[in-house]
Amino acid sequence: MAKRSESENGSGKSRRGAEAFELKIGLAEMLKGGVIMDVTDVEQAKIAEDAGACAVMALERVPADIRRDGGVARMSAVDMIEGIQRSVSIPVMAKVRIGHIAEARVLEALGVDFIDESEVLTPADDEHHIDKHGFKSPFVCGARNLGEALRRIGEGAAMIRTKGEAGSGNIVEAVRHLRSVCGEIRALQALRPEELMAQAKHHQAPYDLVRFVHENGRLPVPNFAAGGIATPADASLCRELGAEAVFVGSGIFKSADPAARARAIVRANTHWDDAAEVVAACRGLASAMEGIEMSTLSESERLANRGW
Amino acid sequence: MAAGSAQVGVLAIQGAVDKHLAMLEQLDVAARRVLRKEDLDGLDGLIIPGGESTTISKGLDRLGLCEPIRAFGRAGGAILGTCAGAILLARECENHPVPTLQLLDVRALRNAYGTQVDSFVAPADAGDEGGLSGMRCVFIRAPQIVDPGPGVEVLLRVDGLPVLVRQGRVLASTFHPELAGDPRVHALLLGL
Repeated sequence: MAKRSESENGSGKSRRGAEAFELKIGLAEMLKGGVIMDVTDVEQAKIAEDAGACAVMALERVPADIRRDGGVARMSAVDMIEGIQRSVSIPVMAKVRIGHIAEARVLEALGVDFIDESEVLTPADDEHHIDKHGFKSPFVCGARNLGEALRRIGEGAAMIRTKGEAGSGNIVEAVRHLRSVCGEIRALQALRPEELMAQAKHHQAPYDLVRFVHENGRLPVPNFAAGGIATPADASLCRELGAEAVFVGSGIFKSADPAARARAIVRANTHWDDAAEVVAACRGLASAMEGIEMSTLSESERLANRGW
Repeated sequence: MAAGSAQVGVLAIQGAVDKHLAMLEQLDVAARRVLRKEDLDGLDGLIIPGGESTTISKGLDRLGLCEPIRAFGRAGGAILGTCAGAILLARECENHPVPTLQLLDVRALRNAYGTQVDSFVAPADAGDEGGLSGMRCVFIRAPQIVDPGPGVEVLLRVDGLPVLVRQGRVLASTFHPELAGDPRVHALLLGL
């Protein structure tokens, strides 16, 4: 591949500041309307690509298995990530532990297309997230509400996804988080300008970003859904509630027929507002992953509580 | 096509659909999403957006849209493909090939500059670019256009490589005019 050198790029100037952020958000824009699928090996990555995924998330264990196995969940093995990068043409994402600057540098050096600073892995820092502005790779981060989303964007995240409750196969938490983020956006829009600083204090979010949301009625970066999506109708629901694309983790490769379910979720996601298409996507599907009722999870078992 | 009365569709299988719709709105053009062959009826122009060419290609196949889009092009409809859209318009593509619409006599090299860390912004080369001078080009995991046939006119280059080409009423860019807020490429589509 003929890569442009930094000198051709105007002494690297064009990768700094606003332009660098524009490029990061640019890739997030290209992923809109798509399905990003968790995969743990080359074979699964190819199944995801064949089904029409717009990107894959390379990780060692899907969240349902992380939940089952316990222990410390870390960045995936470098060899596994490289194997997946070689095997598919769609963007490859991978996860780092919250606050783990060095894992993020490793993924950047591997040329990973998007880094997920993820609550699904065991946090490396219980106070600070990564300063994402300092990286060429774009980052996606989870959020449960508008304040958390804007704090992550303030740190340089180029895409926000709901946290939902990863590995649960239960959509209720993703719905809660989407309703929070989108509802709080609508509430900010209705305010007068002098009320915004108090809102910045309330949301514990940077004032400039609160003002952006007030003026534009949206986050400054694409807003996707994740955490508990297991069926075509789940994907359709997330889109209905304002998500611009969906991540599916355990929902595909913990189901009875992953290839068919992956195709079905892609189809329902493209036609999320067309019930006949969602019906067609659901028809003939083998059983979904089993799923977990939220009340059976203790607070310490809830991955969404990680992140600050 | 006249901007005031033109109807332009944006293929809405996946990708940067909203950004193209916003650009058309800025140009005061009636626009709609295209997901089925009936959506092509009455359109003067069609935009195939950036996104993932694999994903969009599979969607085109599932929806049976390849032949209707080819027919739309043959009947004189104007078409703009950006990035993944340019790949899909090409006669063939390399590096994880996907089936293409073969409406543009070029080869497309997918992900020709590398991964996202190699994405970049660059000004178009100075030259005989007519009304397009000073175009700021945003490249995201961009393809390259190579081996253009005799009917293909190169309108813009970056580092000497073609980044905006035209063949009849088909336009293709390897960069993203919808991301940079410069409406001149869309205006060019409307002028075809």
